[in-house]
Amino acid sequence: MLAMNYRGPFRVRADKNMPEPEILHPEDAIVRVTRSCICGSDLHLYHGLVPDTRVGMTFGHEFTGIVEQVGPGVQKLKVGDHVLVPFNIACGKCSFCKQQLFGNCHESNSQATAVGAIYGYSHTAGGYDGGQAEYVRVPYADVGPMVIPQDMDPDDAVLLTDVVPTGYQAAEMGGIKPGDTVVVFGAGPVGIMAAKCAWLFGAGRVIVIDHVEYRLDFVRKYAQCEAYNFRSLEDPVLFLKKTTGYYGADVCIDAVGCEAAGSTAQTITGRKLMMQAGSATALHWAINSVKKGGIVSIVGVYGPTGNIVPIGNVLNKGLTIRANQASVKRLLPRLIEHVQSGRLDPKAIISHRVPLEEVAEAYHIFSTKLDNCIKPILIPPSARA
Amino acid sequence: MIMENLADNYKHINGWGIDADPENEPTYPMKNWTGDDHRRLDYERSQQQPIDVEVLHSNERPNVTTVFGTSTPPSGISGNLRRKAFEFSESNWNHWLLLLAADRVNVVEGIVDDLKNGHVPNIFAEKGWKAEWKHNPVGLVKKVAITVAVTATIFSLLSGKKEKTENA
Repeated sequence: MLAMNYRGPFRVRADKNMPEPEILHPEDAIVRVTRSCICGSDLHLYHGLVPDTRVGMTFGHEFTGIVEQVGPGVQKLKVGDHVLVPFNIACGKCSFCKQQLFGNCHESNSQATAVGAIYGYSHTAGGYDGGQAEYVRVPYADVGPMVIPQDMDPDDAVLLTDVVPTGYQAAEMGGIKPGDTVVVFGAGPVGIMAAKCAWLFGAGRVIVIDHVEYRLDFVRKYAQCEAYNFRSLEDPVLFLKKTTGYYGADVCIDAVGCEAAGSTAQTITGRKLMMQAGSATALHWAINSVKKGGIVSIVGVYGPTGNIVPIGNVLNKGLTIRANQASVKRLLPRLIEHVQSGRLDPKAIISHRVPLEEVAEAYHIFSTKLDNCIKPILIPPSARA
Repeated sequence: MIMENLADNYKHINGWGIDADPENEPTYPMKNWTGDDHRRLDYERSQQQPIDVEVLHSNERPNVTTVFGTSTPPSGISGNLRRKAFEFSESNWNHWLLLLAADRVNVVEGIVDDLKNGHVPNIFAEKGWKAEWKHNPVGLVKKVAITVAVTATIFSLLSGKKEKTENA
């Protein structure tokens, strides 16, 4: 079958000779992919920053598809169902799943106890091939996948598999009180969605910080918020202190993760020399910009080793840090309501629709932010017919 | 209910649980606390996926998970490095550094495999440079010019040094 094939940092290709997935467990399904996104966090894999990313793997954890085959233990899904598949692989039975921590399932990732299983996200996240392909194996098929409501646009549905729930959970974890000032670091797809969702929780002011002008322009309009380029601010933390009456933001959201720009020291030690698990500039700014007793919500992805952040300030300011991979399954019912009512318009962030055959170009465009790219989606040949 | 049962176990500790507040759950609503954490790994597991490929598992867990990914099992020199990495816990830097080293070795193995299979990898296509040419031709020309200039400079410096050594 045709699928994305990772060959090393900054090198991927569309490969027609990748093996088709098979049912390997009674609770598996095989899904024919109809839409697949490239996520900002896929770029961490693409850039070679995530340990145990093996050559020959297929990435892709945001996808929708038609169920083609089900294992004998699958009871709810039927062949022919058009489903959206949450990026977390979850058993639904372990102590973590039972408590709705579907991103922290203990029975889907053998390789790391600190990381839940994610489709197409290295062996550190379970070693599953992902959805940037014609077909994909979906374990625990009765737990994660959800049949797409008939009135829902498939472009909206595919964004409900990760970017919308992650942005929403970023705002939710912020514990936003009515009138709060919320600062979102990062105007990528997740940051855009976090800014949009912050209003749903009653934020009084939403500020986005980034350095890519076209993304700042986009988020200003899409999320009806303020947006500032940190390159034009001498010191973004000082700016945020001043603009909040020298008090600090009530809530800061790190929607950037390990590839943040803005600090030469962090960039060199984190991204170039890999002496820490990526560059933690956004988290550093979040900790220092939030008020005393404030909340820092982290959805930006960091590696498993460690990062240089001002943890002393977390203690001295009495901060609460809240972080997790989004628990997509838990959030879906509410998010579907938001999409159906028009409060959220996920598909508006799609900037590029690319044939799966051109996956190398799509990664390059997204990675280097060419052509005002915000969110690329890949369309396999069968979904274009 | 859970608290009442637990209290029986701690009668010998004066004041046990007196300030406990079940509502004080910082992970809510992410986590719907049920008390299942205290059962640890004592939950009903699904049927085990047959383990017919090599699956490396963290030494911080007792077993392979009931399902697992079968993409690209460990092989070659990189595979040996990965096996070594899994002798260390996730808390140990050796674990992650060995995995990163394995990833880099794996890239070379990938090129060798391609050539063995009669496929000459088109590195420029794999890097998506067609898109760079379409959307940023000036930038691409600059990149190529800088790369050629740097390579030529290094080459001429090295060959000059070699000549000097031979003449000396």
